[in-house]
Amino acid sequence: MSLYETDPINVIIAGTGGQGNILISKLLGDAMLEEDHWVTIGETYGASQRGGSVASHVRISGEAPCSPITPRGAAHLVLGLEPVEALRVLALYGGPGTYVVTNVRPVHPMAVAIGEAAYPTLEAIKQTIGELSRKAMYLDASQIGINLGAPLLANMVMMGALVGCGFIPLERERLERQLEALFQTEKLALNLKAFRLGLAEIEKAYGRVHFKSRKGGNR
Amino acid sequence: MAGIAVNRAGTTQLLMGNEAIARGALEAGIGVAAAYPGNPSSEITTTLAQAAKELNLYVEWSVNEKVALEVAAAAAFAGVRALCAMKQNGLNVALDFLSNLNLTGVGGGLVLVVCDDPGGISSTNEQDSRHVAKALDLPLLEPATFQEAKEMTRWAFELSEEIGNACILRSVTRISHARGNVTLGELPHRKYRARFDTSRKPYASIAMTTPPVFHRALHQRLIEIAGIFESSPFNRYVGPENPELLVVTSGSGWLYSVEAVRTLRAKGSAGILKLGTTWPLPHNLVRANLLRTSKVLVVEEIDPFLEGNLKELAADIEPGRTWRFFGKASGHINPFGELDPDVVINAVARILEADYNPRGADYEHTAQQALQGLVPPRALQFCAGCPHRTTFWAIKSALKMDGRDGFVTGDIGCYSMALTSTGFSQIKTVHSMGSGMGLASGLGKLDRFGFDQPVVAVCGDSTFFHAVIPALINAVHSHSDLLFVVLDNAATAMTGFQPHPGIETNAMGEEAPKLEIETVCRALGVTVEVTDPYDIPGTTEKIVGMLRDRGKPRVLISRRECALTRAKREKAPYVVRVDQGRCRGESCGCDKFCVRVFKCPGLVWNGDTGKAAIDEALCSGCGVCAQICPRSAIVTRVLP
Repeated sequence: MSLYETDPINVIIAGTGGQGNILISKLLGDAMLEEDHWVTIGETYGASQRGGSVASHVRISGEAPCSPITPRGAAHLVLGLEPVEALRVLALYGGPGTYVVTNVRPVHPMAVAIGEAAYPTLEAIKQTIGELSRKAMYLDASQIGINLGAPLLANMVMMGALVGCGFIPLERERLERQLEALFQTEKLALNLKAFRLGLAEIEKAYGRVHFKSRKGGNR
Repeated sequence: MAGIAVNRAGTTQLLMGNEAIARGALEAGIGVAAAYPGNPSSEITTTLAQAAKELNLYVEWSVNEKVALEVAAAAAFAGVRALCAMKQNGLNVALDFLSNLNLTGVGGGLVLVVCDDPGGISSTNEQDSRHVAKALDLPLLEPATFQEAKEMTRWAFELSEEIGNACILRSVTRISHARGNVTLGELPHRKYRARFDTSRKPYASIAMTTPPVFHRALHQRLIEIAGIFESSPFNRYVGPENPELLVVTSGSGWLYSVEAVRTLRAKGSAGILKLGTTWPLPHNLVRANLLRTSKVLVVEEIDPFLEGNLKELAADIEPGRTWRFFGKASGHINPFGELDPDVVINAVARILEADYNPRGADYEHTAQQALQGLVPPRALQFCAGCPHRTTFWAIKSALKMDGRDGFVTGDIGCYSMALTSTGFSQIKTVHSMGSGMGLASGLGKLDRFGFDQPVVAVCGDSTFFHAVIPALINAVHSHSDLLFVVLDNAATAMTGFQPHPGIETNAMGEEAPKLEIETVCRALGVTVEVTDPYDIPGTTEKIVGMLRDRGKPRVLISRRECALTRAKREKAPYVVRVDQGRCRGESCGCDKFCVRVFKCPGLVWNGDTGKAAIDEALCSGCGVCAQICPRSAIVTRVLP
């Protein structure tokens, strides 16, 4: 049975190697599995794995397993851990109806660091993301992570933003329980804090995009 | 992952295809697993190793794939079910044994899992292993989903025991490395009493006239296997009785095909025959399905294997009856690289003359412009603090000082990236495991034809044990003129840090005898020196000296633990910063030497200040870059 107006739901988490997008895809996937959905997660890589682009495709269906790569134009939500990667994935798999939630802190590719390529300005990135999406939301997840003492916590901030944007029918409590199962006491407090800050930040700035659920009477 | 052995039957988990294969092997009650790591196959054996203690398995990372298959076959000879997993390149290493093992057969259940890598995402080639099953007359299974990966692996052991021979299960990256729902089955309580039956006829195909006899028996057996496959639940047709188009697909192609038919709303005109048993083909089943229609699209990854076999079979169905076949030969499906849903959607749309334009011309235009104009590329690079970077820096400097146009023959590992600017483009050849040394051995004998360039062979510690030792012996015995640099980072780093014979633990985490690379080399009569690649001047000096010492192989072990494994264990040794007063920035004659040439990801150029800076999030704190700044502007402070 199809649970939502859209089936499957396609979420792509875009980032670079080492940013922790595989952890987000697993947390999201496990949460949807607990809701008795079919979940398929695939990863696509850019030129490499060491420091290269990594995109995790999370496809959620009430009916059947999906292919591990999203067809062009079929992404519903791009969660960017890095702004240029959000744009890259949006341009590859997005469509006019795609939502984007992205961290604004760049990770410069080697070509940029050595002056062989330019990194676009945040304004240029935002403008193109705006043209290629239905709605885009931005936050400085890395800064929130750094304020908490570890830039890597940006992935938990973005996990919070994913729940906070309201696009995916994800319960905050379910995610928090998963984090409790995943992390030990000391790390747990920090990760929970990052998760809650990301969630609050996106809700405060943008409000919730209420995803239409057939359960909710939109039939 | 660690829970796979304890997770209870009936629960549904989100498993990686490789974990599902491992669980299938556990549900089949295997006793032994052996493998050499290689993506996309590594997690199968890693998962089994984690379950070893709990379930009393023997799991090993073997020295190479041939030995792994021999270790697994030995268990099967003694009546213990065994699994051997490898990537497509590994199958080539194991092929010599396998092409004899098929003739002798095995006693117990033996399943060989080969994970192919369409697109060569983590490989040097994208070879299609299915040809080997056909060439060796062995049964071939191809899972299409994560659940099926588990079920098929479990069943493959039953089939193997029924036919008395090895079964090949072929996975691909998009099954092995993707995740999906898997409902677990029971774990059996099996107690083995391993015994080699000395009274049976030997497992040997050698004796004057027996190979053809064994070969004939194998052909006879194939007919039986095809019969078993006729009723296999892994093959099924879904679609209208007589569709306009029949899509025949195997492995990863099935989910793409389902996606294509759904996306194009073509359920009324296209049917899908999913084949899980692809060699030998179940003739009757295939024939009956081909007779539904006259248009057939074949969807599969890498070579037109199924496509060719279907055409072969179709030629004998009925005189005068013809089909229009679409696929790789017709240009509808790419005969190289990976599949993706769009390839299959477009192929089906073309054949059914359906419109497929998912996002409009304007959107497509803006998207393409963004990809080409705005989004910078992310190239391959060594991690921050990688010891390979400094070894290649030293090699580059030494070869330049030496001045005889020397070069490096490379091998398989993270360090293969030294083909590119992250390793200063030092490596000039990369082929298979051990080939760098073999090529150097040959190059080092060309002096009589006027060859006078220094040759430096490099390989990693795991590769050294896998395939380099015979080539080194060859070089010693032939007085080949070469320098051999072992890049010893104490890990099979590229595939996930699996142990190897140079590490003091084994796959199951038990203590194991550690073989010293220098001891092995010295036993071969080679001069061995050891260096720390973080000491750039010292390493460079050693290489310069060793390049001059000619007429025989010389070995330099460049030893420093992988920066990633070190970082997992302990804090960074230094806090590194760029002294903004000393860094002259764009006005320095060095032209951004640190970021432009040394290229450690921890070093960045700050466009606002016009000076170098350290990216604290990426810097590993190795402090090596302090050695390369001409102004000594990079300063390190020891952490308390």
